[in-house]
Amino acid sequence: MFTWDEEWEVVIGLEVHTQLQTKSKIFSGSSIEYGAEPNTQASTVDLALPGVLPVMNLEAARLAVRFGLAIDAHINKTNVFARKNYFYPDLPKGYQISQMELPIVGAGAIEIETESGIKSIGVTRAHLEEDAGKSLHEDYQGKTGVDLNRAGTPLLEIVSDPDMRSPAEAVAYLRKLHNLVQYIEICDGNMQEGSFRCDANVSIRPKGQEELGTRTEIKNINSFKFVERAMEYEIERQIDILEDGGKIAQETRLYDSDKHETRSMRSKEEAHDYRYFPDPDLPPMVLSDDFIEEIRATLPELPEAKKSRFETNLGLSSEDASILTSNRATADYFELTKSLCSADTKIIANWMIGELFANLNKSELEISSSPITPAQFAKLLDRLHDNTLSGKTAKQVFAALWENVGEVDDIIEQKGLKQITDTGAIEAIVDEVITDNPDQVEQFKGGNDKVIGFLVGQVMQRSKGKANPQMANQMLKEKMS
Amino acid sequence: MTITTLSELAQQLSSGKQSSVELTQDYLNRIEESKHNAFISIDPEKSITAAKKADERRATGDTAPLLGVPIAQKDIFCIEGTLTTCGSKILENFVAPYTATVVQKMHDAGIVSLGKTNMDEFAMGSSNETSYYGSVSNPWGSQEQPLVPGGSSGGSAAAVAAQLAPAATGTDTGGSIRQPAAFCGLTGLKPSYGRCSRYGMIAFASSLDQAGPMTHTAEDAALLLNTMVGFDSRDSTSLELPAEDFTHNIDNSLEGLRIGLPKEFFSDGLDSEIAELIENAVRTYETLGATIKEVSLPNTHLALPSYYVIAPAEASSNLSRFDGVRYGYRAEEYSDLVDMYTKTRTEGFGEEVKRRIMIGAYALSSGYYDAYYSKAQKLRRLISDDFTRVFENCDVLMGPTTPTTAFAQGSRTDDPVSMYLNDIYTIPVNLAGLPAISIQAGLTQQNLPIGLHIISPYLQEAKLLNVAHKFQQVTDWHQKTPTISAEKGDK
Repeated sequence: MFTWDEEWEVVIGLEVHTQLQTKSKIFSGSSIEYGAEPNTQASTVDLALPGVLPVMNLEAARLAVRFGLAIDAHINKTNVFARKNYFYPDLPKGYQISQMELPIVGAGAIEIETESGIKSIGVTRAHLEEDAGKSLHEDYQGKTGVDLNRAGTPLLEIVSDPDMRSPAEAVAYLRKLHNLVQYIEICDGNMQEGSFRCDANVSIRPKGQEELGTRTEIKNINSFKFVERAMEYEIERQIDILEDGGKIAQETRLYDSDKHETRSMRSKEEAHDYRYFPDPDLPPMVLSDDFIEEIRATLPELPEAKKSRFETNLGLSSEDASILTSNRATADYFELTKSLCSADTKIIANWMIGELFANLNKSELEISSSPITPAQFAKLLDRLHDNTLSGKTAKQVFAALWENVGEVDDIIEQKGLKQITDTGAIEAIVDEVITDNPDQVEQFKGGNDKVIGFLVGQVMQRSKGKANPQMANQMLKEKMS
Repeated sequence: MTITTLSELAQQLSSGKQSSVELTQDYLNRIEESKHNAFISIDPEKSITAAKKADERRATGDTAPLLGVPIAQKDIFCIEGTLTTCGSKILENFVAPYTATVVQKMHDAGIVSLGKTNMDEFAMGSSNETSYYGSVSNPWGSQEQPLVPGGSSGGSAAAVAAQLAPAATGTDTGGSIRQPAAFCGLTGLKPSYGRCSRYGMIAFASSLDQAGPMTHTAEDAALLLNTMVGFDSRDSTSLELPAEDFTHNIDNSLEGLRIGLPKEFFSDGLDSEIAELIENAVRTYETLGATIKEVSLPNTHLALPSYYVIAPAEASSNLSRFDGVRYGYRAEEYSDLVDMYTKTRTEGFGEEVKRRIMIGAYALSSGYYDAYYSKAQKLRRLISDDFTRVFENCDVLMGPTTPTTAFAQGSRTDDPVSMYLNDIYTIPVNLAGLPAISIQAGLTQQNLPIGLHIISPYLQEAKLLNVAHKFQQVTDWHQKTPTISAEKGDK
């Protein structure tokens, strides 16, 4: 683990931009689908033609409120859009519509697990804003192309308090947030496509000092791995400067993941004066109590509640419950499987965390793209439960399912994996084993119970794993007594 | 020459005396022959096509009231396939790919657009002299003494006064419909904020801009307003209101009408001849049964300073989109991005526009925001409250539209503040979002029209039009035309 000189305390605050899962943009009716041909999803409003006006997409407000309710934050029933003015080619209006003084979501909190226990990280605010377009610097012979498909995509910028004291805490917060926004279905969490992006404010101060040190803002960190590495680099850089008697410059720094370094983008002096003011094209958004309560009523069970239900009602261990609620897709997979089969909850959990996760990890797949559906998985566990399959043969069926060979019962049939539960057939094998292993039989009779395992193993081997081990065990004991 | 009103033309068209094509062609000919520079562009083919369509509609039995009537459109409105410059070089090549809602509504009602009228650049000006496309001459002036038509809707006002169009659209942010209407002897109505959609109308100051009609009579204004208003889902500030026919109560009696005369509108700086003419007009109202009382809008003196913070602040942001990246003018040579922005905007905008962008950016900048922008918003509230208070005891307020008559071209271009003072009576109305109308109420000894400014409570355009119409029923000032006056002068 990364450590640094004990004299210094690290202070981190995060600004996370989550792309809201609406069908259309925040102020125009254009689609927000990712990956379309450049500028095919840019309307007159997105292009900022003269005379066009923004109209608020209420769905974005709904998703923002959903987030606010999920972290038990204050919802500003009257919230105001403001213009953030600056020039850039991918910002067609010359200003970004955002929220400044009255954001839709006020103060709330998110709890994270740290080495020293549960810690609450304050969320200062979360505000709605529109995304900019993209500048394309390649393929234009020294010129810059502008793609405005992304311009106007709704974002919820979630700003934390400077409550994190290590990169590890920051990552824990980010993961928690990443999980939550997907749980409540406001963001797809896709970091590659930029649906979940993070800027970090990092400063250090001598331990025990109350006043915050000068911070730098690190931009462009778009994976959990980079977040941690970028912050570690930045902390070390700041410590080096201060220990050499230098001063930290308040500035924006860009993280370069190839070179693993942050470098200055612009200083405080060069910082934009964004000249925020309330957008006169958009009246203040007023949310009714009914609107908010309707959203509250559709809020899904949140991760903490789900975890505690898995422990209390389903009898899962804290560790298993934690893994199975680590994201919405996993929890949904588990619950759907459980609803479709009669196997023990514990067995389902073991098979998911064991077999399924191992295979997903090996193939680098998300659970949402698992080749085995919850229905197939449930059927497999049912066959284990009704003794058609043994643990060993179930794994064979699992492997076949993974390769998409067919359905569970067909695979069992084709591969002849049906467990032998016919007493006569098992008795014949048991008799053979007793005859062929006189030494072990003597030991058992002499009081060595453990040897039964070996004998059952022999039965299983000779039946090619198809004999029901409980029946074999029972029968061996009866015959040897 | 006598004035030709929309209602007369509508009658001629419906009786079959004239087709829309003939009428439209007649006006197009006048425009081509005129020397006022009232239009920035015309597209005769397009206008004639629209007129043909109107004639076809009539042939199928369509009886829409203004079907086939041609009018001029201020060049601030986007019209699909039409050059839309907003009076600026920066949009010299901009052909709009869509049509503004108010224009679309008029087109749907069968109105034919004659062309795009000249205007102060981005509607910033009170004399039409900031237009990149040259100044406009007021038809009431002469070659020896060229006068400004007022602004920013100066081209629209000149076009109607010179009978190059029977009516025109204008927009009013601080007086841009009413002041040129007063200077050119017309009826100009600024509706309540939110009445007409702003979609497709190039924004100057979003919280103040409002489109409205410029006509010879209040009745025409009512007819045109009927086609312009209505909720638009593409404009979040447009109002959802029940449908209203503004001609319906236009002839109601004014018996018992309570008129307030704000003393602040008659103070220093008001031309004494105008004051006298306004008093005459007010006396006419007394004969119509109205009662008159002096009232006070004590915060009027704060209107100009707060307007010249709020309007430039909004404009500085609204005009940021003109950056040379996607459309419009782009500097020919530049070394990098910042240089491209700088040169494009330095070359593309005129002096007045740049002055207001600078003022606005300054007022919004960090450290000055509270002292200027926030303060101005507070004053705006005070000004608005003044109106609420006086309307408790008055039905309408009256005063002069402008402190002076039309002034000589070039006489104020070097003195922005004296230019700004022109809108001293009109600006408070925009700050309060109220409707107001200017009607011609007399001629000075120099034979120049003066405007009577009538203000009503929010959304009471019907009352305003009623009050204006009754005056026009008993007076003939609105029928005076520059040509007739000139003829009289010659004799």
